[in-house]
Amino acid sequence: MSNTIIMGAVAYDPKVVTIWDGFKAWFKERGLNFDYILYENYERQVESHFKGHYDVAWNSPLAWLQVKAIAEKLGRKAEAIAMRDTDCDLTSVIVVRADSEIQSVEDLRGTSIGVGAGDSPQATLIPLVHLAEAGLSPEEDLRVRRFDVLVGKHGDHIGGERDAAQALMQNEVDAACMIDGNHLLFGREGTLPSGATRIIAQTGTYDHCNFTILDDAPKPAVAQFRELLLSMSYDDPAVRPLLDLEGLKVWKEGRTDHYALLERAVARFKTIDGFVEDVASRCS
Amino acid sequence: MLLILGDLGLNEGAHLLLKRALAGVAVGDVVLVEGSAPELAVHLRGWCRAQGHEFVDEGGRLQVRRGSAQSGRWRGAERAGEATKVVEQANPTWGLAGRSATVEAGAPSFDFPLRVRDEVWAEEAARLYAQAAAAQWDPATAIPWDAPIEHPDEVEDAVVQVMTYLVENETAALIIPARFTAQIHPHFREVMQLLAIQVADEARHIEVFTRRALLRRPRLGLSTAGAQTSLKTLVDEPDFALSSFLLSVLGEGTFLSLLWFLHEFAPDPITSEVARMAAQDEARHVAFGLAHLTHHIQADPTLKERLAMAVHRRHDALAHSAGLNEEVFDALLLLAAGSWQPDDLRRGWQRIQKLESDMDEGRRKRLQRLGFASGDAAQLSSLHTRNFM
Ligand SMILES: [Fe+2]
Ligand SMILES: [Fe+2]
Repeated sequence: MSNTIIMGAVAYDPKVVTIWDGFKAWFKERGLNFDYILYENYERQVESHFKGHYDVAWNSPLAWLQVKAIAEKLGRKAEAIAMRDTDCDLTSVIVVRADSEIQSVEDLRGTSIGVGAGDSPQATLIPLVHLAEAGLSPEEDLRVRRFDVLVGKHGDHIGGERDAAQALMQNEVDAACMIDGNHLLFGREGTLPSGATRIIAQTGTYDHCNFTILDDAPKPAVAQFRELLLSMSYDDPAVRPLLDLEGLKVWKEGRTDHYALLERAVARFKTIDGFVEDVASRCS
Repeated sequence: MLLILGDLGLNEGAHLLLKRALAGVAVGDVVLVEGSAPELAVHLRGWCRAQGHEFVDEGGRLQVRRGSAQSGRWRGAERAGEATKVVEQANPTWGLAGRSATVEAGAPSFDFPLRVRDEVWAEEAARLYAQAAAAQWDPATAIPWDAPIEHPDEVEDAVVQVMTYLVENETAALIIPARFTAQIHPHFREVMQLLAIQVADEARHIEVFTRRALLRRPRLGLSTAGAQTSLKTLVDEPDFALSSFLLSVLGEGTFLSLLWFLHEFAPDPITSEVARMAAQDEARHVAFGLAHLTHHIQADPTLKERLAMAVHRRHDALAHSAGLNEEVFDALLLLAAGSWQPDDLRRGWQRIQKLESDMDEGRRKRLQRLGFASGDAAQLSSLHTRNFM
C-alpha cells in the first residue's frame, strides 16, 4: 500500500493551488499520495498542526518559531525536514533616498521608517531587531509605519515591502526595509529607480520557510516525502516549472540554526507569546 | 576567474557581465567579483540566490560559485526543425517557436490540428506570400472614389445589389482562411503567413465593395437565404483540403471570372476598379489552393476521390436551395446592359451567357490541373453551386 501524506499551507496567492496540484501529480506518479489543506493564515495552520489535522506544514519562519515554542510547552518535538535553496542565508536591508541626510543607523533617530506587515520577518521583525540591537527602540526612538498587506501571511506576499518602498520614494517615510534581492527587483521594475536610494544597513543572515513536522508524523510517509523532495532536479523538465513557480532550484535538508535573529526579534517584541500560550493551553 | 566590474552595479546591467563570466567556468567553479558599486555585495547575494549560484563574502572578497541550474535548464532541449526546410510532421511541443529555434524541454504542447506537411504545404507558399506582401494596396488611394457616376438610378440599384452579394461572399472568404490560420502548426510558417495575408485581402475587398455600394445609397441591398445557405456549406466544412478545394479552387476561381466581368462591363470607373483590384488578389488565392492541393494529391492520390465526393455532397445539400438569387442575376444583367434599351438588354444577356461559360471553362481547366480527366472535370464543374462561390 502506498503512503499518504497531508500538507498544510497558507494560501497567500492563488498560484499556490497550481503549485501544490503540480506537486501532487508528480508525487502521485512516484507512489506517494499527497494531499493538502490550505489555510487563510499561519496561526490557524499552526494550531491545526497541533490538533493533528495534517502531517507536514509548509511554514514561514515565524510559524516555525511558533510551532517550536508551542511544542516546547507541550513537551513535544518539532523538526524542519526540508527547505528551499532560496530560503537560506537571506539578509534584509534598510534603504533611504540617495539625497537623504541619513548616513547611518544612528541618523535614523527621530525619523520614520516604513516596514512590511507586522508579522513579516524579513520586512519588519528582523530589520527592527537590527535597529533595536543598535540602540534604536522602535516607536520610542523612531516612528514605525507598517504597510500591512495580508496580515496573518507572515509577509509571504511581497506587497508590503513594495508599498513601503513606494512610500519612501514619495517622501512619506524616511527609510524602508526589504529583502536584499527585492532591492534589486524593485530597481528593475522601477519602484526604486537605480541610483535613487542608498542602503544604510544590512542585517545578519537568516533562513526563511521550511517543511515542519511534529513527533507524531507518520514516519514512512514523511521519509518518502522528504526523499522525493530532495530528489527533485532542476534538470527534469517535468519538475522545473514547479520549482520555478515555487521559486527554488533545489530542495535542501532542513536546518534550524539560522533562525536566531528572528528568535531575538520575537523575544524582544513579544510577537508570539500570547498566541503560543493560547494554543498550548487549547492543545494540552 | 576574476571579473572586474568597476563601478557598474547589478542594478545597472552588470548581471550581463556576470552571466558571461559564469558561462566561462565549469559548474562548481568560482568567479571572483571586484567592483566599487555601493550595493554590489547586497545585490550579488540576492541575485545569486535567485539564479541558483552560491554567494560567498569572505570579508569583502566577493565570490560566486556557479550552480547547475542554467545548464540544467537546456538539457533535453529540442531543435524545432531547420530554418529552411519543413519536416513531415511538426512536433506539438515546438509550439509557437520559429523553425530552428531551440525549445526547452517541458514546454507546453499546442493543439494545432494541421501539423502534417502534405496536408498544408506547397513549395510556392513563400513566393506567393512575398508577392502578396508586395501587392498590398490602400483602398483609400487605389480606387478613384471621386470619379463620376452618371448612369440611371436603376443601374445604380443594380450595382448596389451586386456589391451586397459580393460583400457576403468576401466575408465567407475571410472567415474560412482565418479559422485555418489558427489550426496550422506554425512550423509551416509560410502557409500561415499566406493565409493571414489572404484574410487581409478579403478585409479590403469587404471594405471597397461596401464603400462602393454606399456611395449613392444609404444602405445595402438584398441578402437571400439561398446565397447564404450556399456559403454556409463552405463555412461549415471542417476539412482543410476539402474547404480550400471548394472555396479557393472552385469558388474563388469562379469569382475571378465574375470580377473581371464586372471590371469590363461596370457602368462606372469606381465599380470597374474595385473589381479589378479584388480580382488581382483572388488570383493568388486560387493559385495557392491549386498549389497545395496538387502537393497533397501527389502525396495521397485518394484525396482526389474525396474532393469529387465533396462536390457531389455540396450539390446534394444545395439541391433544394434557390441557387443564385434572381435579384443578383437580374442586377448583373442590367449592369451588363447599362440601360433598359432592348438591344442593350440582349447584349447584356449574351455577356452573361459568355460569363457563365467562362466560369465553367475556368473550373474545368483547374480541375484538370489537379489531375481530373476532362470528362470528370466537366461533370464536377457542372455540379458547382449556382451561387458562383
Ligand atoms: Fe476576395
Ligand atoms: Fe479570396
